[in-house]
Amino acid sequence: MKNKFLKYSLLIAGWFGSIHGLFAQAQQRFPKPEFESGYSQPQTTTPFPRALWLEYFDVFVLLAVLSLVSWFALKKRSRKGVFWSSVFSVLYFGFYREGCICSVGSIQNVTLALFDPTYAIPLSALLFFLIPLVFTLFFGRTFCAGACPLGAIQDLVALRPIELSRWVQKVFGLVPYLYLGLAVLYSATKSDFIICRYDPFVGFFRLDAQFIMLVLGVLFLAAGIFVARPYCRFFCPYGVLLGWMSRFSAKHLTITPKECVQCKLCAHSCPFGAIDEPVAEPAHRRKSVKHLMLVVALLPVWAILGGWAGSMVHVPLSRLNPTVSLAELIVKHPEVKEDQNNIDVRTFMSSGKTTDQLVAEASEIQRRFYRGSWLVGGFLGLAIGFSLTNLSIFRKRDDFEPNKANCLSCARCLDFCPVKK
Amino acid sequence: MSDKTERKGMERRRFIKRGMQATLAVSLGGVAVASFMKSYAGEMVWQIDPFKCVQCGRCADECVMMPSAVKCVHAYALCGYCDLCGGYLKPNANERSTAAENQLCPTAAIKRKFIEDPYFEYEIDEELCIGCAKCVAGCTSFGNGSLHLQIRHDRCKNCNECAIARVCPADAITRVPANQPYLIKGDFTAAGDKAKKDTSRMSDNN
Repeated sequence: MKNKFLKYSLLIAGWFGSIHGLFAQAQQRFPKPEFESGYSQPQTTTPFPRALWLEYFDVFVLLAVLSLVSWFALKKRSRKGVFWSSVFSVLYFGFYREGCICSVGSIQNVTLALFDPTYAIPLSALLFFLIPLVFTLFFGRTFCAGACPLGAIQDLVALRPIELSRWVQKVFGLVPYLYLGLAVLYSATKSDFIICRYDPFVGFFRLDAQFIMLVLGVLFLAAGIFVARPYCRFFCPYGVLLGWMSRFSAKHLTITPKECVQCKLCAHSCPFGAIDEPVAEPAHRRKSVKHLMLVVALLPVWAILGGWAGSMVHVPLSRLNPTVSLAELIVKHPEVKEDQNNIDVRTFMSSGKTTDQLVAEASEIQRRFYRGSWLVGGFLGLAIGFSLTNLSIFRKRDDFEPNKANCLSCARCLDFCPVKK
Repeated sequence: MSDKTERKGMERRRFIKRGMQATLAVSLGGVAVASFMKSYAGEMVWQIDPFKCVQCGRCADECVMMPSAVKCVHAYALCGYCDLCGGYLKPNANERSTAAENQLCPTAAIKRKFIEDPYFEYEIDEELCIGCAKCVAGCTSFGNGSLHLQIRHDRCKNCNECAIARVCPADAITRVPANQPYLIKGDFTAAGDKAKKDTSRMSDNN
């Protein structure tokens, strides 16, 4: 009874509040004075954002740089050309455009457009997502070589690259799949754009960042002196998509213009360990085929295992969502409702929503996270399964060849190849 | 290994490559068409809805810009030109003067100018304003609410996800079409409302 009364009185108070709000809007508390001294009221200035045609000019620049880099890498076979293109990209997309708009982050815009019915993706962002992928399907990852400012800034500091063992590359090469999965999960649930939030280099481009992000950026660049392009190889979620496209690309940079003389110079020149060495025909073909059949048969097991593991952690994953974390806080610690210093709780308490409504909203979001984390986990499981499958495929290779999925088309090896024309 | 099996192997590889190319092209095309249906030829920018804003002060701290790209703007048409201004003077001010001790603004970014008895004009110096919303809270509680926060697009970097939109407790920051980039109180009428409907918000969970 008492509760009901309270509810009604709150409702009425809220109603009066809104009436009051309307009133204040329609008729001001203090009417506008009628000036006698001929005072003319100034206008509120509204400086306009960047012009729209400039956004499309960026798309044009991307197209031009991509065409140029592809031509330099595949046709002109010029490392110098690729290098200067990447310098241009750092200057234009990096320091001039300050790291925004970028193809890596556009994954999230596309995801949001597919999952949020109220979101309209700007056409320029969609083009930034599509154009590099299409180019990669034709020419390999020339986007990474010279058009991506994040890649380019790391390429410029790769001064003393060390060789990483194959298994380190394989294991850490799975991280981008996890990052891609999480980025899609968080943007599909409208929680966060984690790729943009944890972009380590945007602080340099803007010459301004949170301290922690600046530290992260410095660490990446410092590590990048020895481990060439650490972000591209072991984190970049867009690199996963580019890798798929590049693996089956129609054309790709070739190390030698004619015949390989097996001098190994290119393999030593590649800072990314992306050159495959010649492999002899396996001795026990039947045995390796059996092995391959086994790992292929295990693919669904990996997917289910990964999905199950993902669904196990859907609750902690969902805590990044502000609605979920607020609901959890209020349910676990009801005393925070009185805390005037907690801005989120204070705003929620004055919003007129009930705790039940908030909890219902939060559990709906959590349900979405449950489904999503099954998919993300399954995706990661499949990635593990496929990388094991790749390890068991023995393909006879006579020459030194770029690994099409991992090669960033930087064209360093071309300078080292003794065969010219 | 005979020539024949080798040729067969090559053919199989080419077949797989062509098949995968087609698969990738079709899936990319699918994503492209699905998102193109929901694309918008213009650009979106971030803006604060002044009627949703609760003046929590996070805009000053959380923007990637230092100082924040959020500034207080003055909707002059709504101002009462009060001598006793809740946005300019501290609640317990000693006197109604421009003395620093009486000013609510921590950076003295509001300029008070005498117009005629008893009216004063208040102007924001954007170079000094940090977007802390102290004056907005004062003006909204005690006055007409003509002072309010807006994202200034000559300063805003238009991040893909706005750092203050993410932490705004009232979900007051949304994407708006770039050709109507401001929600200034007063001229924020039916047209402004319509513009708002076409946009989306990250933290809107419905």
